[in-house]
Amino acid sequence: MRSREVAKEPVTNKQNNRSSSAPATPPVMDGEAINRALRRVAHEIIERNPELGSVILAGIPSRGVEIARRIADIIQSLGKTPIETGVIDVSMHRDDVGKRAELPRVQASRLPLPLENKTVIIVDDVFFTGRTARAAMDAINSFGRPARIQLAALIDRGHRELPIRVDYVGKNLPTAAGERVRLRLENVDGEPDAVWLVKEEKA
Amino acid sequence: MTAQPGSDLRWQRKDLLGIRELSAEEITFILDTADAFKEVGTREIKKVPALRGKTLVNFFVEPSTRTSTSFEIAAIRLSADVINISAAASSLTKGETLKDTAKILEANHADIIVLRHSSSGAPQFLAERLSSSIINAGDGAHEHPTQALLDLYTIRERKGAVAGLHVVIVGDILFSRVARSNIFGLLKLGARVTLVGPSTLVPREFEKLGVAVSHDIDAVLPTADVVNLLRIQHERQRKEYFPGIGEYIRLFGLTKDRAKLLKPDCLIMHPGPINRGVEIDSDLADGAQSVILDQVTNGLAIRMAVLYLCGGIST
Repeated sequence: MRSREVAKEPVTNKQNNRSSSAPATPPVMDGEAINRALRRVAHEIIERNPELGSVILAGIPSRGVEIARRIADIIQSLGKTPIETGVIDVSMHRDDVGKRAELPRVQASRLPLPLENKTVIIVDDVFFTGRTARAAMDAINSFGRPARIQLAALIDRGHRELPIRVDYVGKNLPTAAGERVRLRLENVDGEPDAVWLVKEEKA
Repeated sequence: MTAQPGSDLRWQRKDLLGIRELSAEEITFILDTADAFKEVGTREIKKVPALRGKTLVNFFVEPSTRTSTSFEIAAIRLSADVINISAAASSLTKGETLKDTAKILEANHADIIVLRHSSSGAPQFLAERLSSSIINAGDGAHEHPTQALLDLYTIRERKGAVAGLHVVIVGDILFSRVARSNIFGLLKLGARVTLVGPSTLVPREFEKLGVAVSHDIDAVLPTADVVNLLRIQHERQRKEYFPGIGEYIRLFGLTKDRAKLLKPDCLIMHPGPINRGVEIDSDLADGAQSVILDQVTNGLAIRMAVLYLCGGIST
């Protein structure tokens, strides 16, 4: 069984250092396409949430936090009320603690409280097995009981392992099991925005 | 959010035996992790499932209330199952060796063993023989790593950084595992350290570690950013080392008069339990410069971080 994080590994900082140069193949999304996808997500959030004031965008570090910030900016630039954002780190709530040989850095979670009567939208970069989303829901519940929890992601690459679906998708990107999604965001990685689909290297 | 420098480090140790073997990056990693666990203490539900299904044995061969309680609460907040064993209750009193006792704990599927022991090196002895995670909760006069980590955390929290600060450690250095662990940690993070106390308890040999040694507290206090007062360990003390309580207070106690020498923002720390009126004046211990209770609260976050990291990797 492969967890989402294993296949997401190449987008962590450690691997940045190993392969900082962009792959030779052209990206499946460039900066403009990413921007369009996020605008679509922002419009859908506005459409489905008449009470935008009760919406909280909770990003999963590191890229989910950046994506949540961008979506909030877009919504505000459309003349809507400022949207509250937060950070939800799922490390302590994952189902594979004790099963990995090394642990990454945990960040403090930060949500505007109280959550009662709020709609918390979990924001992630690449939606994959659903295990991170499950852990995020668990983490959110330890802060309180929101009216509802929804999910937004820049990319949905499929291969769900839990009965969870995304509410807002920037782009559906069908992938094979041996492929991984490589995402770079300017403010997080110091490289121009782009998404690639790359063959997984044999370890 | 921009990635922090050094954020590519990943935790790979199953044991925490001492500060001496940790790198500055690893120490900072633990402090950052403790930040996240301190936040858990502000949640409506102060418990996370990280160590669900793991069994932690709190094995205190030497008496301790605050450290063992802190570890127990930390483990419970991480959803581990906790068993407390004290020296009196263990078969050590029946002549069983430490190794045999440990083997029994392991055969009972203890995933994490928190060990307090009067012999230096006891945690390492176990770590080399058992697959369980071993956390040193104080071994003889060797190390007390979680105490140093919570002291570093408290300093960083209040001062923003540890590097460049002048930290003065006062008292019973010779017998103090707290002092040793603190010295290693402070130097690795770039602080300047001065040890102060009677020459019998603070011998010049400590200078080899890279710290300054002084026997004149009044000359040192004015430049201190942090004063860490160690408890006089009556139970370890031999008469010939110690000048007597009255003379100790006169020469090294932090009295109200002496505290006037301190910078207004100098932190006063004490690992506890306090001998009020000996190492420190009672009012000063409860005063505005004292961070003694912060140390206790931060100790919980540090121990959650250490248990999560060492107990959370597969072995």
